[in-house]
Amino acid sequence: MKTSLRAIPKRGSLATVAALGATALLLTSCGAPPEAGGTSSEGASDYTGCIVSDSGGFDDQSFNQSSYEGLKKAETDLGIKVNQAESTADTDFGPNLRAMVTAGCDMTITVGFLLGDATEEQATANPDSHFAIVDFNYETPIANVKPIIYDTAQAAFMAGYLAAGTTKTGTVATFGGIKIPTVTIFMDGYADGVKYYNEQNNKQVKLLGWNKDAQDGSFTGDFEKQDVGKQLTQNFLDQGADIVMPVAGPVGKGAGAALQEAKDSGKDVKLIWVDSDGFLNAPEYADVMLSSVMKSMGETVEEVVKEDKDGNFSNTPYVGTLENNGVALAPFHNFDSEVSADMKSQLEQIKKDIISGTLVVSSEASPKS
Amino acid sequence: MSEDKGKHVAEPAPEPADQPLSAEQARAAKADLETAGGAKEPSLVPAAAQGGITAERDSSPFRNFFAGSAMTSVLAVLLALIAGGLLIASTDKQVASSAAYLFGRPTDFLAAVWNAATQSYVALFQGAVFNPRAATVAGQFAPIMETLTIATPLITAGLGVALAFRAGLFNIGAQGQIIFAGIFAGWVGFALHLPMGLHLLLVLVAGIIGGAIWGGLVGLLKARTGAHEVILTIMFNYIALYFLRFLLTTPAFQRPGASNPISPVLDPSAIYPQIFGSQYRLHLGFILAIAATVLVWWLLNRSTLGFEFRAVGANPKAAQTAGINVSRATILVMAMAGGLAGMAGVAQVAGTEKVLTEGVAASFGFDAITVALLGRSSPWGTFAAGILFGAFRAGAVQMQVQTGTPIDIVLVVQSLIVLFIAAPPLVRAIFGLNPRRKKMATAATSPKAALPGGAA
Repeated sequence: MKTSLRAIPKRGSLATVAALGATALLLTSCGAPPEAGGTSSEGASDYTGCIVSDSGGFDDQSFNQSSYEGLKKAETDLGIKVNQAESTADTDFGPNLRAMVTAGCDMTITVGFLLGDATEEQATANPDSHFAIVDFNYETPIANVKPIIYDTAQAAFMAGYLAAGTTKTGTVATFGGIKIPTVTIFMDGYADGVKYYNEQNNKQVKLLGWNKDAQDGSFTGDFEKQDVGKQLTQNFLDQGADIVMPVAGPVGKGAGAALQEAKDSGKDVKLIWVDSDGFLNAPEYADVMLSSVMKSMGETVEEVVKEDKDGNFSNTPYVGTLENNGVALAPFHNFDSEVSADMKSQLEQIKKDIISGTLVVSSEASPKS
Repeated sequence: MSEDKGKHVAEPAPEPADQPLSAEQARAAKADLETAGGAKEPSLVPAAAQGGITAERDSSPFRNFFAGSAMTSVLAVLLALIAGGLLIASTDKQVASSAAYLFGRPTDFLAAVWNAATQSYVALFQGAVFNPRAATVAGQFAPIMETLTIATPLITAGLGVALAFRAGLFNIGAQGQIIFAGIFAGWVGFALHLPMGLHLLLVLVAGIIGGAIWGGLVGLLKARTGAHEVILTIMFNYIALYFLRFLLTTPAFQRPGASNPISPVLDPSAIYPQIFGSQYRLHLGFILAIAATVLVWWLLNRSTLGFEFRAVGANPKAAQTAGINVSRATILVMAMAGGLAGMAGVAQVAGTEKVLTEGVAASFGFDAITVALLGRSSPWGTFAAGILFGAFRAGAVQMQVQTGTPIDIVLVVQSLIVLFIAAPPLVRAIFGLNPRRKKMATAATSPKAALPGGAA
């Protein structure tokens, strides 16, 4: 702010800036007006899909954003109307949800366990409206709420196996944002994957940052402070780890920054992203992006909205697994040539085994069905 | 409320016999008041314009608005609406697309700007006061009920901040006090199972005690050691927040069988009853907030203790000389401020949220500072400012849902409105009518104002 003020030292230059601005306006403002009355979108449905975020907002690089993008995709693909409300604090949940129902939403998507109570309250009060809640399941099902949950441990297992098989130092690491089931399920699967690799190959790859038996490990404390994620990652690097999987939404960028710096100084380090394909969603760290543990929340949200629009709503929980591609290990992109064909086929086998049930991946946080 | 206005205007200045300060001390005290005993930046809001903080000009903002500077207030709102409207328009898609052919058909552009701005304000009004589009009469009045609901914690927490201001303490610890009260009240609410009535009473008492402990500790440390209350309250906010975070990871504060950091729902017997039935969220806490406002007004203007608080706030050294126990006043006023903020914590856990989560206090503790400043630190001013803030909060939801204005822009617009309302001199300066400039200058350069002050 201060510098921008200093950059305009005199009235004369202010006038220059104004003149430039006016010219720019003039240049961009000479387009032809559109024909009157030609803007109505044909075939638009009167179905309204709505979404309420938790306090992370729709730009959280995590489940809010993915779900939101899924709904926006439904807007273009299915021609539905979309209403959105971003919560800035926990106290906004109730009012935002009520506003959605009042605004005539056919289906309202809510995101995260914090919205569980508010969604239940509105769903019970408005039995004719439909709801879907991402990453949360009710102990007793509610007739008009569809939970959307993921058995993320399955894909994280593959990531753990991949990390253990790729590490050069024999040490891999992970950390979380806050110790909640939707975070620890990644870490459980990752830990099991590393363990499985050790058993199968008689190796001693060490895992830092999570102890599955004690259910305890490293956490940044929130999903905001990227510098803490960076610090934690540097600690892991100092302890000899060379592959890190941050399970902390945008805090993962801190890990990415630390790894990128280490890479620039000549170290061979790699990052495993979570939630979406980090190669596409965090391209600034593409150089260290080994793979990602993906939860296809966007696709699921679009699918659930489509089902409801076609009149096929059900309150049976959607459980994303490797089998239905709800969770998956992302492609290796830049590292494709570095991952051996042998490793690729082993991962393929693991995927098959998990789907067929011969290999059981369990986590305390796994969806109970 | 107009009745009260009358009372305020008629309220006599303290009798000279009760007033142990000499004329010289009183003048110095006034200068100190304007900087909250030197703890505040001297020219944050020119104190001459804040009026209400001084004892002899203790009055509601209504008087300030309508007696002295009605025109300024109208201009302030107008300015805020225009600035906010332009901002809303600048983010509107329709405006952007019609700007591309501004010279082809300028009416389109102007119409788009007008529509974007007015629709947003209509949505704000419909979300905060009255919604004629609702299907039922009950639904039409729902927005004003929502406004009062959100205002409830803001009023009580704001009163806590204002009370401490009047004693010369810059209390920014309302956030921590709300959280600590929430922990106490929440735990009593979900862990104990008591009969109707008794349970709620205990929740309320626990919350007030929790807040009072957290505020009182600050007062105690300040009185005994002289540590600055700003540092203390900031740190106490952090301690409370991280303590709550820790508690929520322990099974005692989690739901049985789950490990999410969210407490069990409070027992029905521990929840504030809803005043107008289940269709509105407005709860008993609002009545208690009105009662608290009356109590604080009485305390400050009619009681000996309140007089001591104000004297300490005016000039702690003079108050000490006059035989007032400054330490005692500091501890007491902070405990009371904490207790009031504690009521806000209870309004959260027992009123609207019904559970304890990390975000249970939202940002009410910090908004309370603005509310208290906007209300000129007077009880009814704080009450009115709390309702104004509540209206903005409630209206923001509709503004976002109905018009698609991004929430961040909504918040920027609201902050602009508050800024213009809170700083009449700014508005006067913009419109080139600033009759009080000379007086303000003397106040700002008063030598006393620069001296470090504060109790102890």
